[in-house]
Amino acid sequence: MSTDITLSTRLRALAGYRATWPLLALAAIFIVDGFISPGFYDIRIVEGRLFGSVIDIFYRAMPTAIVALGMAVVIGTKGIDLSVGSVVAICGAVIAWRIHEGDSHFVILFLALGTGLLCGLWNGFLVAVLNIQPIIATLILMVSGRGIGLLVNQFYGGTDPSFESALLQGLSVGHIWLIPTRLIVGVGVFIALWFLIRRTALGLFIEAVGGNTSAANLAGVNARLIIFSAYLIAGLCAGIAGVILTADTHTSDPVSVALYIELDAILAVVIGGGSLAGGRIYLGMTVIGALIIQALTTSILISGLPPEYNLVVKAVVVLFVLLLQSQNARNAVWGLFSWRKS
Amino acid sequence: MEDTSIPRIEMSGITKLFPGVKALQNVDLCIYPGEVHALLGENGAGKSTLIKIMTGALPTDEGKIRLDGQAIVLNSTVDAQKLGISTVYQEVNLIPAMSVAKNMTLQRQPTRFGLINWAAARNLARKRLKQLSLDIDLERPVGSYSIAIQQLVAIARALEDNTKVLVLDEPTASLDAGETNALFEVIRDLKSRGIAIVFITHFLDQVYEISDRITVLRNGQLVGTSMAKDLPRLDLIKQMIGRELEQAEGQLTKRSTDNLGEPVIVAKGLGCKRVIEPFDLNIRAGEVVGLAGLLGSGRTETAKLIFGALPSDSGTLTMNGEVVTNNSPRQSLGRDIAFCPEDRKEEGLVGELSIRENIILSLQAKNGWLKQLSYDEQERLADEMIKALAIATPDMDKPVNQLSGGNQQKVVLARALVSDPKLLILDEPTRGIDVGAHAEIVMLIRRLCSQGMALLVASSELDEIVAVSDRVAVLRDHKQIGEIAGDEVTREKIIGMIASG
Repeated sequence: MSTDITLSTRLRALAGYRATWPLLALAAIFIVDGFISPGFYDIRIVEGRLFGSVIDIFYRAMPTAIVALGMAVVIGTKGIDLSVGSVVAICGAVIAWRIHEGDSHFVILFLALGTGLLCGLWNGFLVAVLNIQPIIATLILMVSGRGIGLLVNQFYGGTDPSFESALLQGLSVGHIWLIPTRLIVGVGVFIALWFLIRRTALGLFIEAVGGNTSAANLAGVNARLIIFSAYLIAGLCAGIAGVILTADTHTSDPVSVALYIELDAILAVVIGGGSLAGGRIYLGMTVIGALIIQALTTSILISGLPPEYNLVVKAVVVLFVLLLQSQNARNAVWGLFSWRKS
Repeated sequence: MEDTSIPRIEMSGITKLFPGVKALQNVDLCIYPGEVHALLGENGAGKSTLIKIMTGALPTDEGKIRLDGQAIVLNSTVDAQKLGISTVYQEVNLIPAMSVAKNMTLQRQPTRFGLINWAAARNLARKRLKQLSLDIDLERPVGSYSIAIQQLVAIARALEDNTKVLVLDEPTASLDAGETNALFEVIRDLKSRGIAIVFITHFLDQVYEISDRITVLRNGQLVGTSMAKDLPRLDLIKQMIGRELEQAEGQLTKRSTDNLGEPVIVAKGLGCKRVIEPFDLNIRAGEVVGLAGLLGSGRTETAKLIFGALPSDSGTLTMNGEVVTNNSPRQSLGRDIAFCPEDRKEEGLVGELSIRENIILSLQAKNGWLKQLSYDEQERLADEMIKALAIATPDMDKPVNQLSGGNQQKVVLARALVSDPKLLILDEPTRGIDVGAHAEIVMLIRRLCSQGMALLVASSELDEIVAVSDRVAVLRDHKQIGEIAGDEVTREKIIGMIASG
C-alpha cells in the first residue's frame, strides 16, 4: 500500500515538471511513427551524410527552432515578435542581391546576419524607445518586410533571383563529417544563447523585466536596454534562419519563404512551457517544442494522409499538449479517475 | 438626519482574512437614511475592503449586513445593485469613445423582442441625468466631456429608482474647487431624497464640509465613529495616524546627533510640477530622517524624487558631493542609494522569480549583466538575509509570490540591504508586518545606521516616525511645511503642524 502511495505522489510530482509533458508528447509521436512507417528509425549513410526520418525531423525543424529561440527571449520580456518571417525574407533578398553584385560570399554571410540585427534594431526601437505595444510594433515590419524583400529583388532587375553559393549552401544543406551542417549551426546558436542568458545576468534581467517592469526598473535594471537587446537577439536568430532557408532553395522568394514561421515559433515557445505573460525563458524546452511541431508535420506526410490534414491534426495535437500542461485540466482528469475508483 | 430611525445599512462584526493579512477585524458600520457618512483611514486601513464587502464584490468571512433592518447576503455586485446598493469607483469606469446614452445603459439595456430598445435606453438615460440636473448631449462620446461631467455621469448611471445606498470612492480626487462644489450640490440633493451616502476621501476640508458622521479605520480595525461636529480636526488626525507605541520600539533610545558624518544627499528646491512643490532636504551619514504627513501629502513622491524614480523639473540634487543630472533608479543605485517601494506587489517584487533571485536583483543590476554573481555567492547572500530578517521560508528557490505579505515585504528590504547602501529610502517599511518582525527590522536598521548608513523613512505610522527619526520633514498637500529635529520630534508637534492651516 505504502509503495502505491509513494508511486502515486511521485507520478503527481513528475506530472508537475514542465519538461514531462512535451517530452512525453515527442516520444509518443515517435512511437506512433514507428508503427505507421516501418523504416522510421532506419538511419543510412548516403553520399557521406546521415539520412532517415528521425534525422529529417531534426533537419527540417532547425530553422523554426532557431527562430523560436529568439522568440523565447522576446516572449520572456512579455513581448512578441511577429516580424521574424519577414526578416527571413529580407535577409534572403539581401543575399541574392549581393551575390548578383559579386560580393565575397563570406562578407555576404555577415551582411545577412547584419540585416537581421538591423531589423531587430528597428523593432527594439519601436518597442523600447517609442513604447509601442510589441504586437503592433512588430506587425509593421511583418506587413512591410516581404514587400521590402521584393523591392530589394528589383535592385538588379528582379529577373532571376536565384544564385549558387558553395559557402551558404554548405551551411544549409551541406554536412560536416556525417552530420548536416545546419544541425551544428542550430546547436551552436543554442549553446551561444544559453551562455548569454544563463551564464551572464541577462537572463535574470529579462525575466525580471518581463515579470514586473516597474519593479525591475526600481531595482536598478535598465528595462529599456534589456527589452531592446531581446529584439536584437530575435532579429539575429531570424537572420541565421534566413541564411539557412534561402540557401536551401538558393533563390530569394520573399512572398512565400518562411510563411507562418512566426506562428510556429510562438507555438514552440508555448509548447515548451513559456507564457506569453512573460517572465520566464526556457531555451531547451523551446527546441523540444519546435521538434514536436516538425515531427507532427513529418508524421502526417509519411502516414499517407493527404497534406490537407496537416494543419488540423497539428492544431489538435498542440491543443492536447497544452491541455496536459494546464494544472486545471490535469486536476480535472485526476478527479475523473478518483471518482471512478470510488 | 433621522437618527432615531432604522439604519439604511448596518454592517456588524465584519471580518475579512486574506492570506497572511487580517484585512478587517470585527468592524461595525451603520449609516442612516439621508446621511453623508465619511469613511476615513490611511492606505491599507481596510476602507476599500469594507466597501467591496458592502457592495458584494467580496464575500465577508464573518459578520452580518442588514439593509433597512433585513438581514441580507450579497454574492455579487449585481445582487447588491438589485437591492439598491451602488458604487462609483475612484477611476471613472466609463468607456470614453461611447456615447453618454450607451455608457449610461451599459449594464442593463432595456430590450424589446431580445433586441436593445435604443429609444427606451435614451429615455432612461435622460431621466437619470435629469435627476442630477445635468443637461448634456446624450449622443456625444463621454470622453469629450470634462472629468467632472464624467464623474456626474458615472453617478447618474449608478442611481437606480430604488437606490438606497450610494458609495462614492474618492469622487473629488480629480476635480477642481468649482467642480467639487457642483458635486456637493448633487450630493446634498441625493441626501434630501433619503439616500444614504458613503463618502471616501483624503481631503479633510471636504469631510467637514459635507459629512454628518465620520468613521475611522486603522490597520483593519474600527477606531471609532463620531458626529463630524463633535470631532475636532486634531483628534481626527490622531485617530487616523496615531498608534499606541509598541513596547519593543519604546525601548529604542534616541542616539546623540553630534557625531553625524558628511551629507549623503542635499536637495535644493527639488520639485516636480503637479506632484510635489520644491523642497530642501539634506541627509547626513548615520542620520535618520522621517517624512511625515497624511495620505496624499507627498511622502512617497518626495522619496521617489530623491531616488530618481520620478523626474524632477526644478532644483538640484547633490549626492556625495556630486551634482546629479538625469537622475534614475539605476544611477542612484550606482551611488549606493537603495529604495524600498510602498507597493510591494506593483513596484517591489517580481512574483514569478524566486526569493533568491529577488534578493540579489539590485546587487546584480549594480554589478552589470556581464559580472554574474555565482550561484554559490547568490545562495550565500540570500541565506544571510533570510536569517538576518527571519524570512519564513523552507526554500529560497520558491517563487516569491508564494510567501505571505509580511515575508514579501522583508524580501524587498533584503534586496535593498544586499546592495550595501549608504542611504536607504524606505516607503512604508512595516506595512503588513507583524509586531515581532517589526521590532526586529527597526533594530536591524538602527544597527546599520550606527555603522554610518543614512536612512530616509516615509510612513503613515506617526509613532514609527517619531520612534526612529532624528529629524522629521512634515508634509501637507504636496508641500513640505516644516522640519523639526531633536526633542521637538513628538507626535503632538507633528499633528499640530499637519492640522494648522
